Amino acid sequence: MALDTGATAWILASTALVMLMTPGVGFFYGGLVRRKNIISMIALSFVAFALVSIQWVTLGYSLAFGPDVGGFIGNLNFLGLNGVGMDAGDGTYPPLLFMIFQLVFATVTMAIVTSGVAERIKFSSFIIFALIWTTVVYDPLAHWAWGGGWASQFGSLDFAGGTVVHISSGFAALALAIVIGKRTGFGEHLMEPANIPMTLLGATMLWFGWFGFNSGSALAANGLAANAFVVTNIAAAAGALAWMFASWYHGKPSSLGLVSGAIAGLVAITPAAGYVGAMAAIAIGAVAGLICYGMMLLRIRKGMDESLDAWAIHGMGGLWGALATGIFAAAAVNGYSGLIEGNVHQFIANATGAFAALIYAFVVTLVIAFVIDKTIGLRATEEEEYVGLDISQHGERT
Amino acid sequence: MKLVKAIIKPERFEFVKKALEEKGYAGMTITEVKGRGEQKGIALQYRGKTMSVDMLPKIQIEIVVRDSAEDELIGLIMQAARTGKIGDGKIFVLPVEKAIRIRTGEVESQ
Repeated sequence: MALDTGATAWILASTALVMLMTPGVGFFYGGLVRRKNIISMIALSFVAFALVSIQWVTLGYSLAFGPDVGGFIGNLNFLGLNGVGMDAGDGTYPPLLFMIFQLVFATVTMAIVTSGVAERIKFSSFIIFALIWTTVVYDPLAHWAWGGGWASQFGSLDFAGGTVVHISSGFAALALAIVIGKRTGFGEHLMEPANIPMTLLGATMLWFGWFGFNSGSALAANGLAANAFVVTNIAAAAGALAWMFASWYHGKPSSLGLVSGAIAGLVAITPAAGYVGAMAAIAIGAVAGLICYGMMLLRIRKGMDESLDAWAIHGMGGLWGALATGIFAAAAVNGYSGLIEGNVHQFIANATGAFAALIYAFVVTLVIAFVIDKTIGLRATEEEEYVGLDISQHGERT
Repeated sequence: MKLVKAIIKPERFEFVKKALEEKGYAGMTITEVKGRGEQKGIALQYRGKTMSVDMLPKIQIEIVVRDSAEDELIGLIMQAARTGKIGDGKIFVLPVEKAIRIRTGEVESQ
């Protein structure tokens, strides 16, 4: 096909927008930890970006998007970007551009996972973990949903990565938190966020970047991209307000609640952005805000130290989004009908895709984390944790 | 009167505050400080090299009490701040000549 300059330009711009989300996660998380670990949290996101970038161009892209092997993974045809060219192939944009657009999704997923090990991970072990995780967990999941794997063959819809990015990272964070254990002193004394304004700035980068994430996933500069852009913003707004009002009932309407709700809404609209209209987006976003707020409270009540709530917001928000896509998909938007329009199969396909990814991500992460913990050790020593990872792992101070 | 100055681990502060409040010691001044004791902070082993982190963050609590309350106050702080590990901190007691309440001008000297 001929290269479409409009589509190519928009995917280029979207890639740059989504890139901002990886450090955005770092700043979001960095503000939520204690002062002695701010640099560590931001550094984890940056190193995730660098590592996964190299892994993706050498191996990951081929595993995710190479020709299908048994519905599970791609083959090694595109190893080292072999044959990934500048001319528009089957699409209206260069495969090389599609590759880099997908790269920034893989990096942000890795960054989200760091929530589960905040303030106690040994930096060198994280590097090993990240390389294994992105290869063994992320790449197959991306293949299932987008690379021609079984989930897409089965008809499971994931527009921009609700399952691939958010369910996978959220449940991986939970598995990691279980293996690595609670932070020393968790539940005994207060661990107050060191810098809420930094978290709010991180959330701004996420909301902004998400326009590229969802709207760029239309892979065209057209009405569908506009629809994705609109519903992304609406769901974020509805999520922010829902979480704010729900938490107001229990106390004050905190700024952290507002942005957490916005991210919950963004997560939930991610798989649905290309299939639902604006009014459905209000429902999806608002319900996401309430569900994720409830899941955070549940997590705290259970005394589980999944420290920065990637599970509650990305994992459970992503699960809701996948189901909601199967419920609210409207034929008028993109030709797919959901449960509301009488298409039961769509709901079943989406639920199957979501739960399969959930179980795969959770179980495989448990295994990887367990093996690393037993061999080189996942966790910093007690003294290193007490002094803080900024000094002990990076030799730097805020 | 005595000035009781306790330098404690920051994460124990909430416990100390609560313990003191329960016995009626509500007033206090606190400062975020840094310091080290005889162990010169914490020595970390990193790739075979020793890296020492001295000057760890602490919280300094200052409370002025009547002489008769001194022992009880020290006991409460000891109990609430103690973890049994290195770095639990120290308590100093200094004599105070008088205290003046700025709003009323009320002077207390014993």
